[in-house]
Amino acid sequence: MSLRVLRIGPACTIQDRGRAGYLDQGLSRSGAADLIALHEGAALLGQSPELAALEMAGMGGEFEATQDMRIALTGAPMECSIDGAPAVWNASHQLLNGQRLSLGAVTRGSYGYLHLGGGIATELFLASRAVHLTAKVGQAVQVGDVLPCGPDSGDAGQKLPQWDRLQGGTLHVVRSFQSNLFDEATLTRFEQTEFNRGLRANRMGMQLDSDGEGFAAKGQLNILSEVITPGDIQMTGTGNPFILLSECQTTGGYPRIATVLPCDLPRAAQTPAGGAIRFKFVTLDEAAELQAAFARDLARLPSKTEALVRDPHDISDLLSYQLISGVVSATDKGERQ
Amino acid sequence: MTHADQFPVVRNVGLDGMLVTFADTMTETSNRAALAFRGMMEAERPAGVVETSTSLASAYVRFDPVQLSHADCEIWLRRLLADRDWYAARLPKGRKLWRVPTVYGTDLAPQLEDAAAAAGLSASEAVARLAASRVRVLTIGFAPGQPYLGPLESAFDIPRLKELNPMVPEGALVLAISQFVLFSGPTPTGWRHVGQTAFRCFQPGRDPTFALNPGDEMQFVSISPDELADIRSRNKDGYGGAEIEEIEA
Repeated sequence: MSLRVLRIGPACTIQDRGRAGYLDQGLSRSGAADLIALHEGAALLGQSPELAALEMAGMGGEFEATQDMRIALTGAPMECSIDGAPAVWNASHQLLNGQRLSLGAVTRGSYGYLHLGGGIATELFLASRAVHLTAKVGQAVQVGDVLPCGPDSGDAGQKLPQWDRLQGGTLHVVRSFQSNLFDEATLTRFEQTEFNRGLRANRMGMQLDSDGEGFAAKGQLNILSEVITPGDIQMTGTGNPFILLSECQTTGGYPRIATVLPCDLPRAAQTPAGGAIRFKFVTLDEAAELQAAFARDLARLPSKTEALVRDPHDISDLLSYQLISGVVSATDKGERQ
Repeated sequence: MTHADQFPVVRNVGLDGMLVTFADTMTETSNRAALAFRGMMEAERPAGVVETSTSLASAYVRFDPVQLSHADCEIWLRRLLADRDWYAARLPKGRKLWRVPTVYGTDLAPQLEDAAAAAGLSASEAVARLAASRVRVLTIGFAPGQPYLGPLESAFDIPRLKELNPMVPEGALVLAISQFVLFSGPTPTGWRHVGQTAFRCFQPGRDPTFALNPGDEMQFVSISPDELADIRSRNKDGYGGAEIEEIEA
C-alpha cells in the first residue's frame, strides 16, 4: 500500500500533530503548520486525526498509486488533477492502481495537504512521524520516495465546506511574560498596525512587514534566553515581528511582544506572502474560550462532510464513487488507525 | 542569598504555559532553584499538565487550559513556591556525572589559546582549570540534546566572538560568558572552540536518544589527540569514552 513520488516541490514534509514532551531536550514539537487541515483530512477519510499526512509548502508534486487507494486533499488549494481530469479540493477521492495525482502551485494560502487512507505510515521517532528539518529529524520528501500507507478500507467521494483561514486576517493574541518589555504606546500601535506577511517564511517562523517605525522593546536589552512557545511574536533587532511556528527553537533571547493563540496558528501559517495580518489582544479568559470553541469545531468536522455532487463531466468525481471497482461502504465511517 | 523583591515571579507564556522565574540572571542558585522546582512540578503533575522544562533561571509548565484553568494552575504554582525556600533547595534525584575525555587546543580545537588570552591565562593554566571544572547542565536547547554548562569561574566570563566561527563539528566544546556548550551537531557559533570530544548528545534511532538531562554534571578531562582517535575507533555508544557515575542525592 503506497504512493510513489514522481515529482515533488522543494518543501514537502510528512507531518502529524507533532512530538510533545521533548522541550526539556531542546526539541520543539514540529507537526503540521495547519492543524485544521489534519482534522479535515481525517474527517474526509473517516479516520483518526493522529495519522500523518504530506504537508506541501507552496508547490505539490506528482504521485502514482501502486494499488487502489483513497486520498484526501485539504489546506491551501493547489492546481489538481487525477490522470489529467480536474479533481475537487477539500474532498476525498479514489485513486486506482497506476493512476497519477498531479498537484501544482497553491492558488490560495500556503500549505496544501495530501492525506492517504490509513495515514502515511513512515517509521515513528519518539512517538511521532513529524519531520523536523531544523533539528535534522527526517528530511523533505524526494523524487523516487515511496509513501507507505497504513491498512485502510472505506469509501471516498466526500467533501467539506471551506473553513476560512487561507487569506490572513485577524489573529488573536494574549499578552505574555515579556509583553511588559514594550511600553503601552508600542503595544497599542502594534494592535493598530496592518502587517503584511514577508517573504521570509518557513516552518520555523514568518516575518511580518509594516510601514512606519519598528516595534522595539524598552531600553537596552540584555535579557536571559527564555522558553519559546509556537505563536510567540518575536521582535528582532530591527523591530520587525516574526511569528514563531511549530519548528521554532525552544529558547531564545529576542523579546516577544505577544503570543498568537494556538487556534489562530493555522490562519497565521496559511497567510500567503503579502497577505494582510492584524493582531487583536484578548484576555486569558477570552483566549481559553476561543480555544475551547476551536476544539469543538474540530470535533464537529466529521459531521460536516457530505457527498461530492455527482457530475458526469467530472471524471475524477465519478471515480470517487467507485463505479469501477471496490465495495462502497455507506456505514463504515468510524475512526480507524 | 538575597533576591530582588519581585522574584520568584509567576507569569503566563501565551495561552497554555506558565513560567516561574527565580532571577533575571543565571547564577548557580537561580538555576538550582529552577531545576529543583521543576522536579517538584514533575512529582506532582496535576491533571492537565502536558510538559515541563527549565531554562537558565526559570521553570516552565505547559498545560491544557480546558483541563487546568489558569487560575488553578497559578494557585498550584504559588502553593509549591510557598512550600520551601527554593533558592536553598537540593537538586532533584537521579542525576549523573559524566567525565568526558577532551582534547584541549591543537588543530582539533583551535581557539583554546585565544580563549586563554581573553581570560588572562596561559594556555596550560587555562587547560588545567577547565579540565578540573565540574559543571552542571544548566539547560538544554538551541539544538536537540545540546547542553549549556556552567557556571565556570569568573576568569572565563569572556565575550562571544564578533565574527561567527563558520563551523564547528559535533562534539565541539565551546566557551563564552563562563559557560560551555557541547555541540550536538556541526554548526556555526560565536563561541570559542576550546575542546573536542567524541561525545554525542543526540542520537536519533538509539535508546536513549538524548544523553543528558538538565541538572546532570560534566567534567571535561584532558587527553591527547591520539587518545581521542583511539576512543573514536571504538565509540559504539556515542559517549566518547565518558565515565558515568550516579550522583548521590
